[in-house]
Formats: sequence, structure tokens, C-alpha cells
Amino acid sequence: MNNYFFEVLRPGINTTFQDKGRFHMQHLGVTPGGCMDLVSFSIANALVGNTPDEGVLEFAYQGPLLKLIKGRTKIAIAGNVFFQITKSNQETFNGECNRTYALAEGDQIDILATKQSAYGYMALEGGFAIKPFLESVSILARAQIGPNEGKKIKTNDKINIKINSKNKKNFLTKVSNNNKNTIKVLKGPQFHYFSKKSQKDFFSKEYKISNLTDRMGMRLEGTVMENIVNTNIRSEGITKGAIQVPANGQPIILLTDYPTIGGYPKIANVTSADYNLLIQKTPGEKISFKLIELHEAEQLYKEHLKSISEVIKNIKEIN
Amino acid sequence: MFKKLNNIGDCGIVCDFGEEVNREINTSVIKLFYHVKKEVLKGNLNGILNYAPSYNKLIINFDLGKTNSSQIINFLKSVDFSKLNLSQNSKKWTIPVCYDFEMDLENMSKTLKMSKDEIINIHLNTDFFVYMIGFVPGHPFMGDLNSKLFLNRLKTPRVKIPPGSVGIVEKFCNIYPYESPGGWNIIGRTPTKLFNKKNESSPCLLSPGDSVKFKLISKQEFEKLTNE
Repeated sequence: MNNYFFEVLRPGINTTFQDKGRFHMQHLGVTPGGCMDLVSFSIANALVGNTPDEGVLEFAYQGPLLKLIKGRTKIAIAGNVFFQITKSNQETFNGECNRTYALAEGDQIDILATKQSAYGYMALEGGFAIKPFLESVSILARAQIGPNEGKKIKTNDKINIKINSKNKKNFLTKVSNNNKNTIKVLKGPQFHYFSKKSQKDFFSKEYKISNLTDRMGMRLEGTVMENIVNTNIRSEGITKGAIQVPANGQPIILLTDYPTIGGYPKIANVTSADYNLLIQKTPGEKISFKLIELHEAEQLYKEHLKSISEVIKNIKEIN
Repeated sequence: MFKKLNNIGDCGIVCDFGEEVNREINTSVIKLFYHVKKEVLKGNLNGILNYAPSYNKLIINFDLGKTNSSQIINFLKSVDFSKLNLSQNSKKWTIPVCYDFEMDLENMSKTLKMSKDEIINIHLNTDFFVYMIGFVPGHPFMGDLNSKLFLNRLKTPRVKIPPGSVGIVEKFCNIYPYESPGGWNIIGRTPTKLFNKKNESSPCLLSPGDSVKFKLISKQEFEKLTNE
């Protein structure tokens, strides 16, 4: 193995390696996990010329401060992120998202904060030299599986990189931000457990995102949902974006690292097309839900995928 | 045979086998699960990402970019249940348990009006069936315990339960693979790792549909097996 690597000078709040996720394992209690924001993940990889499956660094709110100790590399940051690059001659400049930068030995990248969003991504040309577990490099910190012993990145960790980049060309693309606060959902399997009034309230009142939000779930605060059948169900398999309502009546949206089974009634399920929009919302923000039908959700997802391929098609070399 | 098929979100299908929870219904769920898994691994069902059996349901998750709910429903409707088989997939296990690590036997003994040894004997003589695995990696839910041992969850769940703890609630027995909070009545602990990430190709010991019998071990044997 080569010895090209970054040293972690500051780890950030919740920095992990992630890819698309770990599949065909939910029946053994292993949640798929993977990148929270699969759109930014795809864009970051495409910018540095990687395949769409390559692992990236995911960070939340405050990202890491990394120093390239040995080797050359090319990076791309995707999301809505404030970051700075300090060259080995101490020159510092603010970086732009959705474009590449070449880094040389001694350069530092300081990912200071995500702006009006939760998650950001850093991809490297050729990728990180990390070992997959069950065919994925996604870290599931709760079960301690994945590379880096299944743990979040910490200070003084060494982050190995696969190749010494010789490619000097840089690339960029344009990504439009969607700031809508309405999340489209489908009816959940236990929608009828809730009173007529609650069914109406759920689609007309606003919910505030609680501080108790992480990769596993997003807790909401707002109008209490009145369950008229049973506040528990027999535990059953969970789907990403399921909105469950425990006995206190406050909804919890199950996110990427969801527990594989759950025993609370589910009032609704976030559509695939709006999942990315949802997970980038931060605590304190208010959201509301709009009910749509399955065929609309399927059509919207097609349009969503098309918009991502447009962004990737529009990657241009910087002259 | 399932009673209903419904979508759950735009990238999931619930195969609902009815409200009852028993071994026969769960066996049908698991037979369908193995069939779907086999078809996916053979490459016959493009886009399916996961299949999660529970007591009375099978949930199938898929990639909406590659397939959709009507395609999966059509496949499920075409399944011939009379041809599905479980025996070739299910394994038999003996799991060692040391009852010296119990936390609740004293209280259980009072509630159930039977001695600790009687409770242990019923547990040791039960042929358990793995109904499902989940919540966290490798965590089994097994049944059926004799109705004489029927107990509810603890009123106040414990904040921390050591890994390997064996618990019972209603007719079910579980084993906690990780240190975690929990509300089950703890009767012992096993040194067996239920999820061993060093075994990279198949880290999870048990699978849905397997059979489990417990074997009593002493504290010394427990320590010895833990250090192996």
C-alpha cells in the first residue's frame, strides 16, 4: 500500500465515511445507512471523476480540519458549505462548493460550517483507501461497523488516500438550492390509527425540527397526533422516511440510519423525491407536510433523478 | 400466504399476513423472505435493496430508480406458496447461557409464584424458533415460551444492559448483542457473539427461521468462553 494521507487536526462534530449504503442485510438487523444526502454525494464523486459508488467523507454542521501530509490530491466539496484552503506557503482563501481543488503536500482544508443546511461531502480523486465491510464503506457508529473500526473520525487519525493525483485540471458545476419547507409524503400504513382531526392537522399545521435529530431520526415538535386505535403495533420492518408517532403524539421521521424494525404506528412516509430536501433542514426550522399519491411520487422521483444527471452533465473544465 | 399487499412510501411494499402472531404464520413470512432473497441474489429481481421479515409481515425496500411498486406487487402475486420451503434454509443452534448473570429472577419468581430453578428449567427445555432479527445487528426475537412464564416488560426500562444478556417478555426470548437500554426481564447472559464483525462474510450468527436451544454453563465456563 502507498502512504499518501491526511492527518486530522480537528475531526468536526460528526464526520464519517459513507457511500450509497449496505444492502441485503436488513433481515439481520443491519440498517442500510449510507450518505444522508445522496445528491451531494453523487455530485462530489462526479466532479473528481470517481464512479458513483466511491466512498466520501460526510460531515454535519462543523466539518474537519485536514492537513495533507504526503501526496497530491484533488478534492471536491458538495452541499452548502463554508470552507477554506490554506496552502503550504500560508496563503488562505475561501473555497467554493461544487468545484475541484488540487491540494499539494502541506496544504490544509478547513471545513468550517454547513450553511443553512446539515450535511456536506468531500470526495477525493480516486477515493479514500478504506476497507469495506459487507460491501460498503459506510460507517454505522451505533453498531461500530464500517471502516475506521466503525467510529467517527477523531483528532490525529490518519486518512489514507488511494492515488497520488497528477491531474491538474479543475472542474465545476452549478447546483440550484431548493429551500422549500413543504415535504411531500404518502399515507403511512397506520394512517387510520389517528383521529380525523389529527389527520387534518398533520397536513395543515407546521412542525418544528427538534434538537434531538441525528442520522437515525428527526424528532418534530408541534400539534399532538391523537391515536384512536393503539399507540403500539407489532414490530415490523422500517422504510427510510417513515414518520412514526409514539404515545406522546409527537412525530419522529426515521432517517438513513433507521432501526431495522419498529413498533410505533406510522402516519406517513416521506417521498423519495423530497428526502434530500428534508434531511438538510436544521433544528429550529419549521416544515409542513403535503399529501400526494403514489403515481405523483414516482413521477417526481423521475424528475429528481433527471435534475441530478443534468448537474453532472453540466460539469465543465475551469480554464 | 399473505392477506394484503400495500405500498409503504414510494419505495417499499408490505406483505401483510394478518394480525395473528404465531409460529405458523411467521414460518410463511420467512418462507417468502427466503424466496425473495433467492430471486434477488439470482439477479431475477432488479432494484430490490432489502427484505425484512417480522412476526407477521415482510417488508421489501427497493430502488425507485430501478423498479417500482407495481412491478414488485406483480412478482409477489405470482409466487406459488405451495412450492416454498424453509427446512433447507434453517439451521439448529445450541447457545450457552449462564444464569448467574440474571437481574430479574428474584422478582420473576415472586410474580410467577415459581422457583428460580423452575423458570430456568422451562427456559432450558424450550425449543426456540427465531421469529425475526432486528432493531440492531444480530438481535434475535425467539419464541415460544410456555405461557406459565408470561411476563410484561419492566415498568422502568434499564438504561444499560450488558451485551449477551438474555431476556424474556410475553412468549418471547431475546439476546442483546450490544450494550443498550432495554425493558426485558434479564435471566442470564451468553458468551456467544451474535454479531461478530471479524467474520466478514457472515457476521450474524442467527437468521430468521433458525432453531435455538439453550445450554446451561457455569460462571467459570462463561469466563473461559468469553476469553476464547
